[in-house]
Amino acid sequence: MERITIDPITRLEGHGKIEIFLDPEGNVANTYFQIPELRGFESFCVGRPVEEVPILTNRICGVCPEAHHMAGAKAADAVYHVDPPSTAKKLRELLYSAFFVTDHTTHFYALAGPDFIMGPDAPVAERNILGVIHKVGLEIGGKVIQCRKYGHTVVEMIGGRKVHPCTSIPGGLTKGITEEQRQEIEKMGRWAIEFAQFSLKLFNDIVLGNQAYVDLILGDIYTHHTYYIGTVDENNKVNFYDGKVSVVDPEGKRLGKYGPSEYTDWIAEHVEPWTYLKFPYLKKVGWKGFVDGKDSGVYMATPLSRLNASDGMATPLAQAEYEKFYSTLGGKPVHQRLTIHWARLVELLYAAERWVELASDPEITSDNFRTIPTEKPTEGVGIVEAPRGTLTHHYWTDERGITTKVNLIVGTTNNYAPISMSIKKAAQSLITKGTVVTEGLLNRVEMAFRAYDPCFGCATHSLPGQMPLEVTIRDHEGKTVDVLKQYC
Amino acid sequence: MSTNGKPKFAMYWAASCGGCEIAVLNIHEKILDVDANFDVVFWPVAMDTKYKDVEAMPDASILLTLFNGAIRNDENAHMAHLLRQKSKILVAFGSCANEGCMPALANLSSAKDIITTAYHTLSTDNPQGIEPQPDWNAPEGEIHIPRLLPVVKTLDQVVPVDYYMPGCPPESPQIAAVIDLVVQVLQGKAELPPAGSVIGAGNSTVCDECLRTRNVKLIKKFERIQNTKLDPILCILEQGVLCSGPATRSGCNALCPVAGSPCIGCYGPAEGVLDYGARLMTAVASVIDSNDPDEIDSILDGIPDPVGMFYRFNMAGSLLRASKGAWDGK
Amino acid sequence: MTETFEPVIIGFTCNWCSYRAADMAGTARMKYPPNIRLIRLMCSGRLDPTFVLKAFASGADAVLITGCHPGDCHYVEQNYKALRRFQLLKRVLTQMGIEPQRLKLVWASAAEGAKLAEAITEHTEEIRALGPLNWPTGPNGFEQNKPEEMVVQEVTA
Repeated sequence: MERITIDPITRLEGHGKIEIFLDPEGNVANTYFQIPELRGFESFCVGRPVEEVPILTNRICGVCPEAHHMAGAKAADAVYHVDPPSTAKKLRELLYSAFFVTDHTTHFYALAGPDFIMGPDAPVAERNILGVIHKVGLEIGGKVIQCRKYGHTVVEMIGGRKVHPCTSIPGGLTKGITEEQRQEIEKMGRWAIEFAQFSLKLFNDIVLGNQAYVDLILGDIYTHHTYYIGTVDENNKVNFYDGKVSVVDPEGKRLGKYGPSEYTDWIAEHVEPWTYLKFPYLKKVGWKGFVDGKDSGVYMATPLSRLNASDGMATPLAQAEYEKFYSTLGGKPVHQRLTIHWARLVELLYAAERWVELASDPEITSDNFRTIPTEKPTEGVGIVEAPRGTLTHHYWTDERGITTKVNLIVGTTNNYAPISMSIKKAAQSLITKGTVVTEGLLNRVEMAFRAYDPCFGCATHSLPGQMPLEVTIRDHEGKTVDVLKQYC
Repeated sequence: MSTNGKPKFAMYWAASCGGCEIAVLNIHEKILDVDANFDVVFWPVAMDTKYKDVEAMPDASILLTLFNGAIRNDENAHMAHLLRQKSKILVAFGSCANEGCMPALANLSSAKDIITTAYHTLSTDNPQGIEPQPDWNAPEGEIHIPRLLPVVKTLDQVVPVDYYMPGCPPESPQIAAVIDLVVQVLQGKAELPPAGSVIGAGNSTVCDECLRTRNVKLIKKFERIQNTKLDPILCILEQGVLCSGPATRSGCNALCPVAGSPCIGCYGPAEGVLDYGARLMTAVASVIDSNDPDEIDSILDGIPDPVGMFYRFNMAGSLLRASKGAWDGK
Repeated sequence: MTETFEPVIIGFTCNWCSYRAADMAGTARMKYPPNIRLIRLMCSGRLDPTFVLKAFASGADAVLITGCHPGDCHYVEQNYKALRRFQLLKRVLTQMGIEPQRLKLVWASAAEGAKLAEAITEHTEEIRALGPLNWPTGPNGFEQNKPEEMVVQEVTA
């Protein structure tokens, strides 16, 4: 069968590649989205003292180590059956909120922004952060850099380092913050709120104000009806750091909420022999393959999912944007994948507001940021929302607290099935008999998975922020007929 | 983006986490200096250049390549060879490329074990025991994924390396300083250090940068950090919590001990050291306050995971490199 | 035709006691197997775990560390340092899959030539029975360390 190989895909966790098979008529018969990497964290965390595992698992991802550190910290707390003092939890959530702001910002501006600000068919050379800056001004580039700087400053103040934080231990943190630091954090947070509002306005003017983009977003190519999950607090409002995971069906009806210790009742992982990554699915529905619908256990975990699975945002400005989001798009739940970009900005605003909320809390400078565990360590689960989806860490230890087993379900992994489906649908819609495969077409296939911000959504690369694609078209004898490249 | 005869620059990730890329971006405005002085030709996280384009480049046409990530599978090894061929200066960037980093802890298990564990976890539904195959016959045609190498390797175990820049990740001020140096070299105002040097790091150990007060250490018992409240002024090791500072190269400003957390050794061995773990073992053995074998044993019981402690970042770069079981593939 | 396995054993002896014991065994014509290659250190406290690891990585099947009896160290206390390093090293080697018998520590005074010869003989047979280690980075192995690494380098104490 004729085959189009795309290798490597970039801007996701590590590496990825896509194989597109064409039937004799020239239509897409099938696609395989393969992940070629495996490092084995679930193996080599075994035997390590459990207080080190939140530091080890940082190295799963250097873009979102904060997520792994927090999930790990909560799992380690649970292993020791210890409840950190309120100040510790607030400090962790404060670090986490600042991290979310940084992470969502860099994805939107460096990855998503160019598609909308320059247009999906814009010349390759312009469809990147540099093009964005030329079009909207150098000032914006400076703001994005500033936002990243602020976010990482908070991470270092509370987490000890900018990349791979080290201060969370079972029972709390190894340090607190001073009043001076608190003031600086609050000031930066207020700037972040303004920046988030600016970003939403930018999206509104440039994207929602452009009918062609609106058609693209609402189109069927990038739409899937699946289940959605996301962590919510006790009022069912989105919370990135703590709560229960809410699961809603494709019609928006809540199936239930689960706490950390119940995740194995809800989530299972399917294995295919042609890729190293597994496909999580909802156990109660079952694995029916790569299909949409209420009877398929495929679910999505992204900013859009979190909004779909919740009843609202816990902060006022973000709540207003949440309401606007749904009223514009015709109610809950929303299924069009490109709206994830918008949902991401709503979360950006919430994260910034939460940043200020926590920084203004008088308890945040308390020096009571640790509890020494007294119980024997056994087993524990920690769940947080990584920017890309729900992150679950499950540790088992012996009576000395040495890890005996580890189970991890990582953010982007949740979305492996839906991303595969999105790629296939986009390819099938765009490549049919007689199609001339152009650069713009390739980019529209890219847009199918870029919306999910696969882990490794890169930060401010002030360079052609575009995914490299090479499409090799071979005839039935395997002879190369044409090679199309997309790069700057 | 014009090429204008600017020297070419590349950054590639093998089995890595992306933290090195983020550390480079955390030089903030300085990234514009990179853009101004170089033509970035290959940076998969950011750019569209494909493997085939790198293959088509003339040999040694890339002036500077920062290679991060460990060599875990045959694709990583292939890219190491390819980039060595195409680059004038190849830098082992970050702990993974230098010494294996945490993924090299996988060298305590065989590649077979790693696969078995990953595809049979508690939440994995795999009654048929399916495991990923490097070559697989899909109904439509044969598709491939890379093969895991038996053990994780460092970059210089696969190709010759010109410079080493340690850290997990290398701290951004150090990266900025190295970029400044390279730009100065390009402008003829400075000279590159001797080939094989460690750059972007200090010449001493983390203890020299640590602000805590140090006295003579006499340890009768090692403590786990969660069980003790550390005095913020006093040396962490002195208080019985294991800290890798004495054996770890300086250059990070002792960020972790300053934040109340022990140094974990991410900057690798100090100058002239063949085996990081051996030096840290020596340091830890020296502070044990006992001459009686039984008492020594009982104090050593306070180090529940010696290999993980002494070779946390350095397994692949050590003398033994992997456990017997990993080498034998069991 | 299979050859008998001849273990390669590296012996680190301290100048003041155990090396003299080996000397004494030699002058008194006390036999001990030639499998052991002796390296003289000024003190067992000079033993850097790097030496042991390098020995195994370079193809040794076993390492024997010898020193003055506790309390008799020529430099007062340094043999205790050797003791602590030895005990720690053993734990690490066990985790690495190297059998604990391959690393042995023997105290021998300058007058104990016979004792040392006996200890060496015993150790050699123990290792012969255990079999070769064949670490892959050694000369018979499939993974060579970079040749430059094998050159003697100054290692700070």
